[in-house]
Amino acid sequence: MARPIREEKKKGDSGNSKEDAIEVMATVIEPLPNAMFRVELENKHQVLAHVSGKMRKNFIRILAGDKVAVELSPYDLTRGRIVYRYK
Amino acid sequence: MAIHLRSAEELEKMHRAGLSVHEVLATLRSVVKPGISTMDLEKLAEEKIAGRPGKAAFKGYRGYPCVLCTSVNSEIVHGIPSPKRKLREGDIVSIDFGMELEGYYADSAVTVPVGQIQPELRKLLDVTRESLDRAIDKMRAGNRLGDVGHAVQSWVEQNGFSVVREFVGHGIGTKMHDEPNLPNYGDEGRGARLQEGMVIAVEPMVNAGRPEVRMRDEWVAETADGSPSAHFEHTVAVTANGPWILTRPKEMTGPSW
Repeated sequence: MARPIREEKKKGDSGNSKEDAIEVMATVIEPLPNAMFRVELENKHQVLAHVSGKMRKNFIRILAGDKVAVELSPYDLTRGRIVYRYK
Repeated sequence: MAIHLRSAEELEKMHRAGLSVHEVLATLRSVVKPGISTMDLEKLAEEKIAGRPGKAAFKGYRGYPCVLCTSVNSEIVHGIPSPKRKLREGDIVSIDFGMELEGYYADSAVTVPVGQIQPELRKLLDVTRESLDRAIDKMRAGNRLGDVGHAVQSWVEQNGFSVVREFVGHGIGTKMHDEPNLPNYGDEGRGARLQEGMVIAVEPMVNAGRPEVRMRDEWVAETADGSPSAHFEHTVAVTANGPWILTRPKEMTGPSW
């Protein structure tokens, strides 16, 4: 089967990995250096999460015990991005 | 992405997949005659693989629906088998087939005349097949990818035909499409150097008319000017003893198809 010289993304595949993320609820366990946090997901898995750029820009502070929304990459389920801190 | 070098053991695995591919293609080639549809070929291929280890490589690949690609006349590659597409006397049909066995892939294609064909079409098939032979002969350690592409292009253009640019041969191994790309055109002495253990699906696609391609849909590529197109392919390994065609029995010598 010949390969197209430019292998395009299939329809529906936006190519933007941020859009493929899985969003889940989590609780912050401990803050780590470099704006990273260890968080526990609702399914009890612990993942390493960083703070999204938008939250950093707006100085949303995150402390241990906060409820947050985390986006997980479907490719690496051990890392995530904190996209929202619940009050 | 790096180009993988395959061990002797891996090459044997690919060769085993390649032998299955060869057997299926040889059978299909022998049953091509006026009146049968490209879906009949697909059915027969499915029957042939049902009883053996490994599975068809194309079905499901990026959503491709069939085990074969059957490209008739002006279709260059990736024609999808259909019960409505009946082969007629004087047609040419490219049958492209690949298998995966224990994680290793092999890929091959042959263009077959249906009954008696026009001398011009006969020449197109002969030139394309010969260009594959010339390309395979360049698959030696120390040569460059450009030498292989150039072998195809110079022979084809010398004979008044043209080489498709939009589709290329490809590295093959634990994936069907791997690094590097192997265009069927190029300059001698350019491109990556071939090394022992590299495996590439060499596949000249030659148009009788102009080289431009038109996509009929997501899959089917046809010539923009409607001229007929031929396609031959083998999975070829670079070894210490020269090129090794993995998609046919070791005993076979002579022309590639």
